[in-house]
Amino acid sequence: MSQDSNDGLFARLGRIDRRWIFLAMALAIIAPILMRLRFEEEPQRMAQATFDTIEALPAGSKVLMSLDYDPSSEGELQPMANALIHHCASRGHKIVFMTLWPFGTPLLDKTVKRILLEYHPQLKYGTDYVTLGYKPGLEGVVKLMSSDIPKQFTTDKQGTPIGEVPLLAGVKDLSGFQLVVSVSAGYPGAKEWVQFGNGPTPDAFAVIGGTTAVQAAQLLPYFPKQMEGMLLGIKGAAEYELLVQKAYMPERFPERLEDGRIRMGSQVFAHMLMIALIVLGNIVMAAGRARGGAK
Amino acid sequence: MLQRTVPIAILSLSGIIMILAYFSPWTESWGNTVIDWFNIIAGVAFILGAGNLLRVNLEKISSQRPGWAYAAITIVSFMAVLVVGLFKIGAVPSDRFPDVHFAGDIDSADSTLGWIYFYVIGPLGATMFSLLAFYVASAAFRAFRAKNLESILLLGTAFIILLSATAAGVWLTKPIPADSPIAFLKFERLRAFITEVVQSSGMRAIGIGTAIGIAALSIRLILGIDRSYLSKGGGDA
Repeated sequence: MSQDSNDGLFARLGRIDRRWIFLAMALAIIAPILMRLRFEEEPQRMAQATFDTIEALPAGSKVLMSLDYDPSSEGELQPMANALIHHCASRGHKIVFMTLWPFGTPLLDKTVKRILLEYHPQLKYGTDYVTLGYKPGLEGVVKLMSSDIPKQFTTDKQGTPIGEVPLLAGVKDLSGFQLVVSVSAGYPGAKEWVQFGNGPTPDAFAVIGGTTAVQAAQLLPYFPKQMEGMLLGIKGAAEYELLVQKAYMPERFPERLEDGRIRMGSQVFAHMLMIALIVLGNIVMAAGRARGGAK
Repeated sequence: MLQRTVPIAILSLSGIIMILAYFSPWTESWGNTVIDWFNIIAGVAFILGAGNLLRVNLEKISSQRPGWAYAAITIVSFMAVLVVGLFKIGAVPSDRFPDVHFAGDIDSADSTLGWIYFYVIGPLGATMFSLLAFYVASAAFRAFRAKNLESILLLGTAFIILLSATAAGVWLTKPIPADSPIAFLKFERLRAFITEVVQSSGMRAIGIGTAIGIAALSIRLILGIDRSYLSKGGGDA
């Protein structure tokens, strides 16, 4: 008789090949995306505050949008970036794009083409939106922008001198913007925009931060005083998407504003699996102790 | 002598200027100049980083250390992307100067570098990040055990956060009316309490402690007491 057949069910579960766990996790993530499952979401305080902050700005306000992330966190952050851009453009705000991350530029370029110009083809470069691109210098870039933007960015990404860009006429420093939005995956990101950008002139402009769930703890102390709006992880994105869709449903490609909700499907199943695994792991431990074989 | 004195003098001067620039509007432009230097140095740091990457990996290949083939792949990939970027191979022509090759946009999503970005770097980065989910799942089964009071508290918190981050959590406690005396038991409210009160308090304490530590370290650096950043001949005075 084999060793396995002598053992109890729980003992065998305790020795389960971890590849089965990997397979279960893969199914929990892939199946909801393939099936495009969407669950009910109820916008919470942070998503609502983000929406309200953008709504409260008068049409035509200048918004600096810094997309501070790279491909490794694109899956979690792109949905909230899409919704934020569409919301700002729908409200008639003028958007200046930039990134503090070297790998952020192609992503920024793609987002402008895929969201801003597909949803709002009437917008004109230079007057309605501008791309500054990437500058090395980490938080130094933010610090210098807080007092002298033309010194930091002498041209836009296309090589046009900053003084010749109509949208940036009269914008000397960050106080020339009414809102700064940073969608960030870490350092430098939303935290640095508060500390070095908003710090010297706390009332000059509002700040909205979007971040990954694992970075959330670092940003939480800044809400709602230093950051008027905050979106945390894919859940924050899904909640905010709902609010934006309700107010400004795009006529074309509405599915591009549902990525957050669709990815939440994976999160629901992955979290439920995690809970089941934790419970199962503890039952196995308790059973082992009951048999007197607890480790 | 110069190797130690000059860096300390530059650091002290820069530090003092930055402090003055923060508190006095007359010296703000001095601070901007220092930040400008910093940004230039940060740009040059990329070159140093690239040089270091080449040195470390070439050493690995020449000594045939275990995993040297990966070092070779790293160097080939690095050189390929560098050549594409430096010579702007496949750049999107500029609107302002369409006939000038080097005025083209290499960062565009439609350029060769954009292709490498979206079809190589992107999937690789996302793959590395998503591997976390699998390891966390395995760890949840094998290591997350309620062995004592602390671990039970941790488990309870994890349950609330995991459940409340899904529609399932909201659905489970939906029958509780919002104005009920036990409305605080709704998962979304428990989550808000944990994150906005408990977690924020902890993070604020850590943040304030870190800030005080940075301030103390900065003063030691500006005064030349801490010289550990000097490669040789430094160390605490």
